[in-house]
Amino acid sequence: MTDRKPTCSPEGCDSRSGSGGNRREFLGTAVAAVAMALTGCGKLSKEEFLQHNFQELSKDEVRSVIARLEKEYKAKYGKDVKVATTPPLPGVIFGYALDLSRCIGCRRCVHACVKENNQSRDPEVQWIRVLELDKEEGVNLQHAEQYYNPEEVPREGHFYMPVQCQQCKKPPCVKVCPVGATWREKDGITVVDYNWCIGCRYCMAACPYGARHFNWGEPHLTADEVNPDTHYFGNRPRPKGVVEKCTFCIQRTRKGLYPACVEICPTGSRKFGNLLDKTSEIRYILENKRVFKLKEELNTQPNFFYFYGV
Amino acid sequence: MLTLRTFGQFITDTLGIMTKGSRLYYAWIGFLLLLIGMGAIAYVGQLNHGLLVTNMRDQVSWGFYIGNFTFLVGVAAAAIMLVIPAYIYDWEPIKEITILGEMLAISALVMCLGFVMVDIGRPDRFWHIMPLVGRLNWPQSMLAWDVIVLNLYLLLNWFVVTYLLFCAYTERHYVKKLVLPLVLLSIPMAVSIHTVTAYLYNGLAARPFWNSAILAPRFLASAFCSGPAILLILLQVLRKTTKLSIKDEAIFKIAELMAYTMGFNLFLTAAEAFKELYSGTEHMVYFQYLLFGLKGHNTLVPYAWASIIFGFVAFILFLVPRTRTNWVTLNIGCVLIYASVYIEKGMGLIIPGLTPDALGEIFVYTPSFTEITVAAGIFAIGFLVFTLMLKAAVPMMLGEFTLSKGRKAASEPEAGPIKA
Ligand code: SF4
Ligand code: SF4
Repeated sequence: MTDRKPTCSPEGCDSRSGSGGNRREFLGTAVAAVAMALTGCGKLSKEEFLQHNFQELSKDEVRSVIARLEKEYKAKYGKDVKVATTPPLPGVIFGYALDLSRCIGCRRCVHACVKENNQSRDPEVQWIRVLELDKEEGVNLQHAEQYYNPEEVPREGHFYMPVQCQQCKKPPCVKVCPVGATWREKDGITVVDYNWCIGCRYCMAACPYGARHFNWGEPHLTADEVNPDTHYFGNRPRPKGVVEKCTFCIQRTRKGLYPACVEICPTGSRKFGNLLDKTSEIRYILENKRVFKLKEELNTQPNFFYFYGV
Repeated sequence: MLTLRTFGQFITDTLGIMTKGSRLYYAWIGFLLLLIGMGAIAYVGQLNHGLLVTNMRDQVSWGFYIGNFTFLVGVAAAAIMLVIPAYIYDWEPIKEITILGEMLAISALVMCLGFVMVDIGRPDRFWHIMPLVGRLNWPQSMLAWDVIVLNLYLLLNWFVVTYLLFCAYTERHYVKKLVLPLVLLSIPMAVSIHTVTAYLYNGLAARPFWNSAILAPRFLASAFCSGPAILLILLQVLRKTTKLSIKDEAIFKIAELMAYTMGFNLFLTAAEAFKELYSGTEHMVYFQYLLFGLKGHNTLVPYAWASIIFGFVAFILFLVPRTRTNWVTLNIGCVLIYASVYIEKGMGLIIPGLTPDALGEIFVYTPSFTEITVAAGIFAIGFLVFTLMLKAAVPMMLGEFTLSKGRKAASEPEAGPIKA
C-alpha cells in the first residue's frame, strides 16, 4: 500500500502538556503516561486521553474539546480548521438513491469524496467503492470487479454499482461496537466518535457493505489537501487506529448542502434528500421507480436505495 | 491478621521457588524471555507505525491475532472440562489433574487477553471498555459480553488455584463448601466463555460462513479435543520430571473421552460442509475458498485438508483401544488433534469468514513477520506464566513445600522438583 511508514519524528514525540483546569485531573499524569507508552510515541495529551464518549459530554466539555482539536489541527497543518458540531435538523431523515441505469463508473464521486472528507491520501482511504458488474449476472457481488480501469468506462456488457455506507435503519455496526463509539443520529446518519473508538474493528466484520474503513497507519494529508470546513463526526482529520466511514457529508448536509458525490456526478445518477418531505425528489423516486436495497434479506433496512431511472 | 501474614509468606515463598531451579529451568525461562523480548520489540514497532505493519487490511480486517485468540479461548474452556468427571463422579485419579487444568486455563486466558490487546488499534484507550469507568455497550455487543465473561473466568480460576495451593501450603484441608461450588461454577463458565466467543462471530449476518447455528456447538466440540490434547502431553511430562503420580488409567480415560468429542466434531464439520456445498447457494463461496480455492486463490486449501485429515486420523487412533493405550500412537494423536484444531479454529475460521469480503473481493491474507513475532511473544508469556505456576504448585501439591518445611526446602539448591 505504501512504503512511506510514518516514523516517530522528534516533534511528534513530545507530548503537549495539558493546559490545566481539567476536571478529571485527579486521574493523574501517571495513567496518561502509561497510555502514552501504549501509543508508541507519546503523541497524546492528557485531555485527549481522558476525553469521554461524545454523547456524555456537557456543553462546556464539548466546547473545550472542539477548542483543543482546532488548536491541534492548526499546529499540525498551519491553517485554521473549523470543527462544527451541528446537530441533526429537526424533521429530517436523509435518504439517498442511486440510478444504476445512468452510472457509468467514472469514479469521480470516489475522488470528490476523498477531497471533501479529508481521507488519508497515503495510504489512500476511499469511502465509495464502485463495482463493475456483469449485465448477464445482474447484482451478483461474486462477479464484481473493483479494480477496473476507469479510462475505459463504460465497458460493453457491464454496469456499475457504487457502494458506500447505506445508513442502515438497523445498523449491525452500531449493535456490535463494544464501547458505543458508533451510533445512529436522529437524521439517520450513523456516526463514529473518532476519539472514543478503540479500533477493535468488530464493526467492520459486522457491516454487510464493506463501508467501514480503518486507519491502518498514520493518516497522511498535506496542509494543501486539508478541507478546513469540518464536522466532529464527519471529515475532521482522523487519528491512526480508528474506524471511519461515509457520513453523507454530515458537514454539508446538515447545512442544507448536497453531499460532494451528488454534486460531482456528471450523469446525475445520485439523488439525495429528506425522506420526511413528501415533495422531495427522493420520495418521488421511491414512489415511482423500480427501487431495491442491497442485501435486503439481511434486514439492515438501508436508507440508501438503488433504482433504475430509465 | 494471622492469615494475612501467612499469605504474605506464601507469596514470598512462592516467588522464592519460582526463581530457583536447575540449569535447564533457567535455560527454558531465558528462552521464553528472549521470545517475549522479541515480541515486545515487534509490538513497539506496531505501535509506532500502526497496524499497517500487519498484513490485515480493510477486506480482511481480522487475522492471525484474532485467530489465535479464538483457539486459546477453546483451550481455556476445555481445560476445565476435566473437572467434570473429577468432581461429579469423585473420580480420584483425575482429581489432581484439575488444578493443572485450571492453571492451563489461566495461562490460556492471559494469552487471549494479550491477543485482543495487540489487535486493537488504540490500546491507549483500553479503559473505554472497562465497566463503570468506560462505556461498555452491554448487553448489545457480544464483544462486551466476551470481555466480561473472560475476565470473570480468569478471576475465578485464579482464585481457586491460589486458594487450593494456599491450603496445601498451610497444611490445612480446603473448605469443601467453598471450593466445590466455585469449581462447579467454573464448568458452566467454561461453556459460556466459548459460547460467547462463538456468538461473537455467529451473530454477524454479514458473514455467512460464521452465521451458522451450529457454530457454538462446533466450537465446544473442537475445544474439548484440543484442550485435553495439551493436557495429556503435559501429564506425561510431569510424571517423568516430578514426583507427581498420575495413573495410566487417568490418561487413557481422557483419551477415550477425546475420541468421542473428536468424532462429534468431525460430524458437525461434515454437517456444515454438506449443507453449504449441497444446497449450493451463494453462501457456498466461503467453504469453496477454504476447501478448494476460488478464482485461483488457494492459500488455505492445504491447511484446510490437513486439518480434516489430522482430525480423522487422530479420531481413529483414539477410538481403537490398542492405539489409544500405546504411548507412541497416543502422543501422535495428541499432536495431530492439536494441529487440526489450531488450523480449524484459528485461521481456518477467521479467514474464510472474511474472504471473499462483503463486496465479493478476494484479498489473500497471510500473517506478516511482525504478526508472527508478536504472536510468538504472547505465546511465550503464556508458557512463562504456566511454567512459573507449575514450578510453585507441584511441590505444594505434593506436600513437599509447606509453611513448616518451605523455608528449609527452598534454601536447598536441588529442591526444585522440575529437573528436566
Ligand atoms: S452500511 Fe455498514 S457502516 Fe453503514 S450503517 Fe450499515 S452497517 Fe453501518
Ligand atoms: S472499531 Fe471502533 S467503532 Fe468499530 S466496533 Fe470497534 S470501537 Fe466500535
